[in-house]
Amino acid sequence: MKNNAIIQTANLSKIYRLGSLETTALDNISISIDKGEFVAIMGPSGSGKSTLMHILGALDLPSSGQYILDGKNVEKLTDDQLADIRNRKIGFIFQAYNLLPRTTALKNVMLPMAYAGIDKEERLAKAKKYLEMVGLNNRMEHTSNQLSGGQQQRVAIARALVMNPAILLADEPTGNIASAQAEEIMAIFQKLNNEGHTIVMITHEPDIGQHAKRIIYIRDGKIIDNKNNHKQRIIKN
Amino acid sequence: MDLIELFIESLGTLTLNKTRTGLAILGIVIGIGSVIALVSLGQASQQAIQSQIQSLGSNLLTVQPGSFNQGAVRSAAGGRTTLTLDDAKEITKSDQITTISKVSPEYSGRTQIITGSNNTNAQVVGATPVYTEVHKIDIASGNFITESDVDSMAKVAVVGPQIVSDLFPDQTNVIGQTIRINGQMLTIIGITESKGGSGFMNQDSIVYVPLTTAQKQLFGASHLSSIALEAKSADLMVAAQDEVGYFLLARHKITDPTKADFSIMSQQDILNMASSTTGTFTALLSGIAAISLLVGGIGIMNIMLVTVTERTREIGLRKALGAKKKTITTQFLTEAIILTFSGGVIGALFGIIASYIISKLISMPFIISPFSIVLAFVVSAGIGIIFGWYPAKRAAGLQPIEALRYE
Repeated sequence: MKNNAIIQTANLSKIYRLGSLETTALDNISISIDKGEFVAIMGPSGSGKSTLMHILGALDLPSSGQYILDGKNVEKLTDDQLADIRNRKIGFIFQAYNLLPRTTALKNVMLPMAYAGIDKEERLAKAKKYLEMVGLNNRMEHTSNQLSGGQQQRVAIARALVMNPAILLADEPTGNIASAQAEEIMAIFQKLNNEGHTIVMITHEPDIGQHAKRIIYIRDGKIIDNKNNHKQRIIKN
Repeated sequence: MDLIELFIESLGTLTLNKTRTGLAILGIVIGIGSVIALVSLGQASQQAIQSQIQSLGSNLLTVQPGSFNQGAVRSAAGGRTTLTLDDAKEITKSDQITTISKVSPEYSGRTQIITGSNNTNAQVVGATPVYTEVHKIDIASGNFITESDVDSMAKVAVVGPQIVSDLFPDQTNVIGQTIRINGQMLTIIGITESKGGSGFMNQDSIVYVPLTTAQKQLFGASHLSSIALEAKSADLMVAAQDEVGYFLLARHKITDPTKADFSIMSQQDILNMASSTTGTFTALLSGIAAISLLVGGIGIMNIMLVTVTERTREIGLRKALGAKKKTITTQFLTEAIILTFSGGVIGALFGIIASYIISKLISMPFIISPFSIVLAFVVSAGIGIIFGWYPAKRAAGLQPIEALRYE
């Protein structure tokens, strides 16, 4: 194992069984992602990229193979230990934002810290800091339904960052957002990456994928291409 | 996240859908409310009956035909004919009887009392002059039945205040008026003082007539329906019960006391019997109320299950952000307990108000025991835990990935 690897999988497979029907969603995936990388996992729909993302995010367990996240073997953990991993090591950013409805931006960002048992003052201070960082200084007390799609996704990014996780996992982060705002989200990702955050992003949009430093292509549950992106589109602030 | 925060958050969630929350707790409100109201009314009626029975005279023994086994208190007058006026006279005369100061032979029956334009159904008691002393009856105006009324089978009657207001609603002086009982015209010679009873055993709705008049002219009977005895003191009650019991057994030529054709009850016996009857009723009604509480609890469970289904995505998200099973369980349990507990508080309030209104309506004492209120709170919170447990477990057991995918 490389010293620098945050994510390392060996022969990861996921097979869904529905009655006698077997569907192979992932077929012997072995990847390694280092600290500080910005990787895009791309592929058409049904290629298995979402399944891979769920396993990388400790939301789901593989049928076979090994997954080591930040030095921990994930398949051997209990439900509560997995919850702890999700809480401390992973920052999720979903396509549908998944903010708590009718809850303020501030409270949404404070939620992961509440599960970590951090006291209230610190939660409040950190939540404010990260909301300012994503440019929502004036929107902290807005509830999620009062925010635009781009703003909601920025709240979700702030929420993903507050626990200072080892990796950010983004599942189609711009899928529901107008392209101008999508560009802003990518700018934030690149800024975070420059500051040292490791980012794994799943997308089926080539435009969006071009913002990453490395692109992994998946089709039918297999890796078909895995190379550094020499044409990385860098957004200048 | 500490408990206060959790409580505030749950409260926020519950107030989002006020109609549903209100309907969900309604079952608990009704359940707790009816338990509190019924327990309080049960206690109040028990106390009312006790004070009423005690007002009948404390050193009182009642001899009735029939045996204990057959339910002496319930056996109707005229149903058994084993007790006679001679029994009463012998108890009075006998040298063997040393504990009894007064003997009141009585014959009573329920029948229709008629005046020119009104009529009512009332208890008619054939009595002798000693009745007023034994039963602590006071005369408000006129006179009670005299010895010569009894001897001459006089067609006179003394009526309770309730009879007066029922039959002569507009008249101020009813003494000298006539009433018709079983075809006989009787002249009212007196009115008794109100004893303030109501419903069960109303002392104010009795018509007193001379014993002989009741037996021969009104009901055509030669036996007695009861003999009331006053013991010389409260300490002698048990001795008196034995003394009279053996005396009557000998007179009736019965050797086996278990085959006695009469029973002797003290006020305490009657009190115990009445208490156990009202106690049974209270328990029965509380049982029914408890069932409605159970139904309310099932309603809470139903709503919580719907909530869990509705919020599947939210639960998935919380788990993705690091919520442990225990955290989710606690969150949903807290919501269920808030539901049932607030239902309990509102229900207790309604129960107290309801029992207050009812006690005023039927003029009974208003009693709320703090115990029943504490119990209501404990029970309602308990119902939240019991019926919230399964939905909370179900929420906590959701796989985060399945929950997130849920549409």
